Amino acid sequence: MGERCAVIGVGQTRYQTRRRDVSIAGLVREAALRALDDAGLTFGDIDAVVLGKAPDLFEGVMMPEAYLADALGAAGKPVTRVHTAGSVGGSTALVGASLIQSGVHERVLVVAFEKQSESNATWALSTHLPFTASLVVGAGGYFAPHIREYIRRSGAPDHIGTLVAVKDRRNALKNPYAHLRIPGITRELVEATPMLWEPIRYLETCPSSDGACAMVLAAEHKVTGTPAWVHGAAMRSEPIFRAGRDMVDPRGGRDCAADVYRQAGVTDPRREIDVAEVYVPFSWYEPMWLENLGFAGAGEGWKLTEAGATALDGDIPWNASGGVLSANPIGASGLIRFAEAAQQVRGLAGEHQVDGARRALGHAYGGGAQFFAMWMVGSDRP
Amino acid sequence: MREVAVVAFAQTRHTGHDEGLSEPEMLLPVLGEVKERTGLARFGFTCSGSCDYLAGAPFSFVSALDAVGAWPPISESHVEMDAAWALHEAWVRLQHGDVDTALVYGFGKSSLGDLREIMTLQLDPYYLAPLGLDQVSFAALQASALGADEARLREIVRRSRAAGRANPCALDLPDPGEEEYEVAPLRPSDIAPITDGAAAVVLAAGDLARELAERPAWISGIAHRIEPHYLGMRDLARSASAADAARAAGAGKGHLDVAELHAQFSHEEIILADALGLSPDTVVNPSGGPLAANPVMATGLIRIGEAARRVMDGTATRVLGHAAAGPCLQQNLVAVMEA
Repeated sequence: MGERCAVIGVGQTRYQTRRRDVSIAGLVREAALRALDDAGLTFGDIDAVVLGKAPDLFEGVMMPEAYLADALGAAGKPVTRVHTAGSVGGSTALVGASLIQSGVHERVLVVAFEKQSESNATWALSTHLPFTASLVVGAGGYFAPHIREYIRRSGAPDHIGTLVAVKDRRNALKNPYAHLRIPGITRELVEATPMLWEPIRYLETCPSSDGACAMVLAAEHKVTGTPAWVHGAAMRSEPIFRAGRDMVDPRGGRDCAADVYRQAGVTDPRREIDVAEVYVPFSWYEPMWLENLGFAGAGEGWKLTEAGATALDGDIPWNASGGVLSANPIGASGLIRFAEAAQQVRGLAGEHQVDGARRALGHAYGGGAQFFAMWMVGSDRP
Repeated sequence: MREVAVVAFAQTRHTGHDEGLSEPEMLLPVLGEVKERTGLARFGFTCSGSCDYLAGAPFSFVSALDAVGAWPPISESHVEMDAAWALHEAWVRLQHGDVDTALVYGFGKSSLGDLREIMTLQLDPYYLAPLGLDQVSFAALQASALGADEARLREIVRRSRAAGRANPCALDLPDPGEEEYEVAPLRPSDIAPITDGAAAVVLAAGDLARELAERPAWISGIAHRIEPHYLGMRDLARSASAADAARAAGAGKGHLDVAELHAQFSHEEIILADALGLSPDTVVNPSGGPLAANPVMATGLIRIGEAARRVMDGTATRVLGHAAAGPCLQQNLVAVMEA
C-alpha cells in the first residue's frame, strides 16, 4: 500500500558455524557493503537504517543497534531496531519497506544478522522467568508436538520430513552462501542421524549459523538497476497462550497470506507464484506451511512434497536457496527468505535461479508459530 | 504527510519497587484505559517497545501480546527500543493511508535487575563493555564534559521531583538533601529512579482523530537520529542527533509551550534544552520527567504522551515530546504536536 517500493540491492555473507575473522560489526558491514555495491550506492545515499535480529541474549549485546550504528554508516540518520522473534528478518524488511511506502524516505538499508557462535541459541531460548518450569528445550522441543499433531491429522507417511531435508540440502549445493553442504545427501543418510525431538532427526533441523543479510530498498523514482517490486506486504500476530488457537495451522499465517495475496492480486498461489522462500526450520514445516499458505488443501500439503512439486524442477519450487534448513543465522533467516525471493524475480539467483520467475513469496514466522511476516515481490512494476 | 494525532494516552501509577505484577498484568489496565477512552477495541496497526534484558529472558514482548487481545490475529510489530520508536513506526505505517488507527505501548520493570549493570551490556562488546564503565559512569563523563554547575543540577532535580509529587503517576520523591557523589559530579538524585511501569498511546488519522478526541494532539513533525557510538567521536557537551531530529521535526517553527524531555540524568536536560533550541519560557517536564519516574522502555513514550495530554486538555497549543537511547544520549527522537 502507499508509494511503490522496490529492492534494488541485496548482500549476503557466507553462512557458517563460526565467523572468527570478523566482529559483529564486521559481519553486518560485510552484508551492508555488498547490498550497497549491488545497488551501485554508498552509505551516503541511504536515508535510514533498519536493523533486525532475534533475542539480544544470543550475542549478549543489548540493543546492539547503538554499537552497530558506526559500522552501518548510520551516524546522522534514523536507526530502527526490530525484534519480532524468528520472523524478525521478515519484519525488518517490512519496516524498511514501510518507510518507503509511507513516503517518509527514498532509500532505506535493511540489515539483519545473528552471530550464533557467540552463545548457544538452544539454551538462550530455554531460559524462563524465575519460578516457572521449563518444559521444553530449544525451539525443536517446542515445535515437535505441533509436527506430531500435523502427522496425526494429515496421515502423512513418516518419510515426508526426510524428503524435505534432502531436497533443501541439494538446493543448498547450488547456493554459494549456504552453510550446510552435504554432497550426495540421501534419505538413508538423514534417517541414520540421531532423533533429537521425535519426529525431528538431526538432519531435519536447521543449523546454527553466523551471518548477515542486507537489502537496499528504494522508492519508485530512485529505482536503479534490476528491481524486485513489492507487490504485497503484511504482518500478523496472535497471542501465544490463547487456548483456542490452532498451532499446527495458525490463523495468523492464513490471514497474513490472504492479505498479501489480496494486495498482489493472487487468487491461486500454487499456479500464480513461481517460487517461494518459506521459513522451514524443521523439515516437516514444509508440508505444514504448504497448507497454511494455501498452496494445498488441508491434509494435502505432504502430497505436494512427496510428488516433487516443491523441488527446484517442480511446478512450485520452495526454498530453491536451500532455505533455513541449510543456513540459519536466526535473526537474519527471515530477511534471507525475503532477499532470495527478490533475487529470483531479479533473475540474479545464480545456480538456483528458477527459470522465468516473475513472482515470488518471501515468508517468515516466529515465536510459538504466532508471528508472521510475508511479502510478494515481482519483476513487473505493480 | 497525512494528518495523524495522539488521541489517547494512559500510563500506570509507576512504582519504585516490584509489586509482583507480571508485565502483561501491568500492561492490561493501561491498554483497557485507552480502549475505553477511544471506544476502539481493534486497531489498524499495533507496535510496542520493550527490552528482553530487563526481564532476563528472551521474548518479553511475546507474553505482553496476551494483554492486547490479539484475536483475531492483528497486524503488529515490535521494536527492541523505547516505545517512542514504536510510536514512530506506527506513525509511518499510518502514512500508507490504508489504516486509520494504531495502538502503541511500552513497558519495563527495572526493579528486577541491576539496571546500571544491564545497561553496560549495550556497549560495544569488544572495546567498551570490558572497560567496566557502567551507565552512571558514562553519564558522569558527559556531565563533566558539559562542566555542569552543580547548583543548577540540584535545581533541576528539585523542580522535577516537586512536579513528580504533583503527578499521581510519578514517584513520590523528596527534595534532594545533602548527598555524597554517586559518580562525580552526579549525586544519587541526579539519576532517574528505578521504576516499574507501562504506557499506551492511540494514534488516529484525519477525521477519525477528530471523532475520537475533542482536541487531538496533531503530530506536525516527528523524526529521530543516531550518532556514533564511541564517545571519542562526539562532543559530549552537545547532542548533535537531538538537534538534527528537532530540525527534521520542525521544532523551531513555532513557540513550544511544553517540552517533555527524556533526561535520565539531570545534566542531560541542559544538553537537550540547548540542542532542541528551547526558549526559557518553555515549561520543561511538568510531569516530573524521568527524574521522577523512569519505567525504562516506556519513559520516552510517556514523554510524548505527557506532552500530548497538555494539548488534549487545552492547557497547551504546541508541545514537544522527546525520547533518547544509547549511552550519553546517542540516539534521539523528537515529536512536535499541535492543537
